[in-house]
Amino acid sequence: MSSAILKPLPRWADVVLLPILNLALAFIVSGLVVLAIGQDPLAALNAIVTGAFGNGYNFGYTLYYSTNFMFTGLAVAVAAHAGLFNIGGNGQAYIAGLGVIAVALPLQFLPWWITFPIAIVAGAAVGGLWGFIPGWLQAKRGSHVVITTIMFNFIAAAIMVYMVVNVLKPAGILAPESAMIAPEGRMPKLGAFIPWFKNTDVNFTLVLALVCLVGAYILIWHTRFGFAMRALGQNPTATRYAGMSNSRIIMIVMTMSGALAGMVAVNQVVGVQYRLVLDYVADAGFVGIAVALMGRNHPVGILLAAVLFGALYQGGNELQYVIPGLSKEMVVVIQALVILFTGAMEGLFRPGLQRIFMTLSPQQKAGAIEANSVKSGS
Amino acid sequence: MSSDTPMGDPIAQRPQVAAASSAAASDLAIELIGINKRFGAVHANKDIDLQVRRGTVHGIVGENGAGKSTLMSILYGFYTADSGEIRVNGTPHAITDSRHALALGIGMVHQHFMLVDNFSILENVVLGAEDSAMLGPSLDRARKELTRLAKEYRLDVNPDAIIEDVSVGTQQRVEILKALYRGADVLILDEPTGVLTPAEADDLFRVLRTLRDQGKTIILITHKLREIMAITDYVSVMRQGAMVDTLKTSETNPEQLAELMVGRRVLLRVEKTAAKPGDTFLSVENLVVKDDLGVTRVKDVSFTVRAGEIVGIAGVAGNGQSELLESISGMRDQTSGIVRLKGTPLSLEGDDGAHRARKAGLAHVPEDRQRMGLITAFEEWENAMLGYEDDPAYGKGIILDSAAAQAEARERIKKFDIRPANERLKTANFSGGNQQKIVLAREMERNPDVLIVGQPTRGVDIGAIEFIHNQIIKMRDAGKAILVVSVELDEIRSLADRILVMFDGQIVGEADPATATEGELGLMMAGVTDKKAAAPARVAAQGQGS
Repeated sequence: MSSAILKPLPRWADVVLLPILNLALAFIVSGLVVLAIGQDPLAALNAIVTGAFGNGYNFGYTLYYSTNFMFTGLAVAVAAHAGLFNIGGNGQAYIAGLGVIAVALPLQFLPWWITFPIAIVAGAAVGGLWGFIPGWLQAKRGSHVVITTIMFNFIAAAIMVYMVVNVLKPAGILAPESAMIAPEGRMPKLGAFIPWFKNTDVNFTLVLALVCLVGAYILIWHTRFGFAMRALGQNPTATRYAGMSNSRIIMIVMTMSGALAGMVAVNQVVGVQYRLVLDYVADAGFVGIAVALMGRNHPVGILLAAVLFGALYQGGNELQYVIPGLSKEMVVVIQALVILFTGAMEGLFRPGLQRIFMTLSPQQKAGAIEANSVKSGS
Repeated sequence: MSSDTPMGDPIAQRPQVAAASSAAASDLAIELIGINKRFGAVHANKDIDLQVRRGTVHGIVGENGAGKSTLMSILYGFYTADSGEIRVNGTPHAITDSRHALALGIGMVHQHFMLVDNFSILENVVLGAEDSAMLGPSLDRARKELTRLAKEYRLDVNPDAIIEDVSVGTQQRVEILKALYRGADVLILDEPTGVLTPAEADDLFRVLRTLRDQGKTIILITHKLREIMAITDYVSVMRQGAMVDTLKTSETNPEQLAELMVGRRVLLRVEKTAAKPGDTFLSVENLVVKDDLGVTRVKDVSFTVRAGEIVGIAGVAGNGQSELLESISGMRDQTSGIVRLKGTPLSLEGDDGAHRARKAGLAHVPEDRQRMGLITAFEEWENAMLGYEDDPAYGKGIILDSAAAQAEARERIKKFDIRPANERLKTANFSGGNQQKIVLAREMERNPDVLIVGQPTRGVDIGAIEFIHNQIIKMRDAGKAILVVSVELDEIRSLADRILVMFDGQIVGEADPATATEGELGLMMAGVTDKKAAAPARVAAQGQGS
């Protein structure tokens, strides 16, 4: 019985040590898999790191992927602070493309700095709507967001196929995609400002992502609404007691979450592809769950986790060219292992680490007992 | 039934058998010698010696965190002691788990019943003690055994009644029967009367006396000194992990026990002047409220609270008090009725009703502070503004000025003597009494016209109880209207200027605390009103909710 009383880890261990241990384990297991198919794990690791950070070109692509993951990671984190698990980031990011393309095409001959804010608003509006509906269903009808958001992913996918094929595809083009946006309406690549990045896909949307990270930090910890949503996430009965409207908070948070996910569409449609294509989200919404988990729902953590996953995507792509024996599928396995150990199984080391910490420090243990007796004693 | 000494009772004979070996040890059912239990730096049990004589009721009192529960958990096999010895009937045993404790004849009746609601009493008794693959023979044996136990200890129950249909008092009997069925000679009861009416508590005491007279040993953990005086033969007082003293109950008094518990002199009675009621501040008219399952829990309740008076609502837990509080304070939608504050109807519907109630001047100290009144994962200062976070004092526009909120929290910590005095500490790390002070400070410092307090001192140490009661009386003397709901009849009687008794969702009576006897109130709490008309028929028609 007494062994069940464990004190939470000190913050630095929770935020830094645990993710590093998880990541190390993911790499060790990946290394074993690489070894099993007769390749050199260290060479593979070297290829991934060089492929992700080796030069401006590679790093640019890493940042391009990271941009998407920052948005989807934030989307998950903001909802998580309010106790909501939004796993519909994929659908919200996907359908937001409709809003972005709907303004980007008509405004394509205006300068990008006019198109950009309008595209943000349009993407946020449509993505936000796709988050609002499940939020409304939860707040007013008690349908759990976990169920509805995942359903909305499928609905979004179906709608997008229909819209692209039947509405947006210009006559005479065979591929299922919208018309191209004129060069004036395209987001400038970062390479235009910083030559080191060359002509890689990382574009001005990265700045938007950084602004969103700062904004989310302020929202969550320095606004009245942030207080209310964190309160809801911790104890919905207490927010009802306090008279904060739980239903209102749920609807606003889900809308914000969907809007953040929708920013992926800005990155993809006006920043990279210059048109609406099918499946451009490429599961960034789901990676966002792992990013938020690994980043402990904190903007700084999300920034770091997003760069890590961006590096894995980019480095993994390079890997197959450097080591021909490692196929594209192998790269997916490594990415999956990282998601598994840092995302799904992020608590694996926690009890062991807590025990180590408690053995090292008797005060920790005493504190745990006290906290426990306060909880059960009254 | 009147003869309490069935012949051939093995338990009754056991003392004589044991007496042959050693006179001193034979008396003792349980002996704890030098028990130590540390959790890291916390010395939860310090060198505890305890001797419990066979065939006695032995009370253990102490404040929260004094180590009573740890000690009993060691005896019942939940924890193992770091050092020390446990002797059961004179023989040392290392009790490893509760199954082992039961095998040694030690049974426990927990504060929160561990019963399966939709099983019959018989099935609950057998649960976990089935001795064959097929249920039939076990149930038949249990039925015979229950009949025997019922005769022997006057513990009558209907074995086929479903748990959720029977009263709380009966459910507790089932817990006792479960322990006896498993062969318990020593019964540990943890705060057994918290959920009982005074009449049910009396009934429990009668059962405990019968058990004692039949040779069973009872260990009673309680914080109610009145019960210690009423039922126990010996009482042990614990303070801060140490055993302070063991006394013969007949040779002590509540004041002495309270002093031993706290370590200083404590005023047990609330000292207050007569109320000077003014205008009606709160009026509740024909209120009907349903619970989450759609069951009507408040049935057409009307009452008023005037400025400068404390109205206490007495009643056994679960008779609609929670729903009444929640609906007046805007936490729960009402089905019909009006709540007026200084004559103006409050609009309480919607999930931000509590916000409007607060704006109108109604503050609420909820009965379950950890579930409702606080967010225990938050820091103290964040809880110090919960519900008032839109106050302009905490910043302009959407931005929250945490420095201003923390400064205010620091002031209140000083004023209400909240310990530890650290507004950046997580609220979960404060004791029950200090958590309650955080809530009280938040609600009282807003200077509301009406203050509603649910269970003002539940889980609060004796020392803090005094402070909390004085604060409530200070509010009253400042001309505020105060509504107090408590299941502690003693608290209601000493605090309230006027008592309303709630039973089955209705106000069944009003009483003057100065003149009403505990017996009268107890009868009302059980739904028995001496009004000649209508009342008996209604009571008979209603099963008691739990």
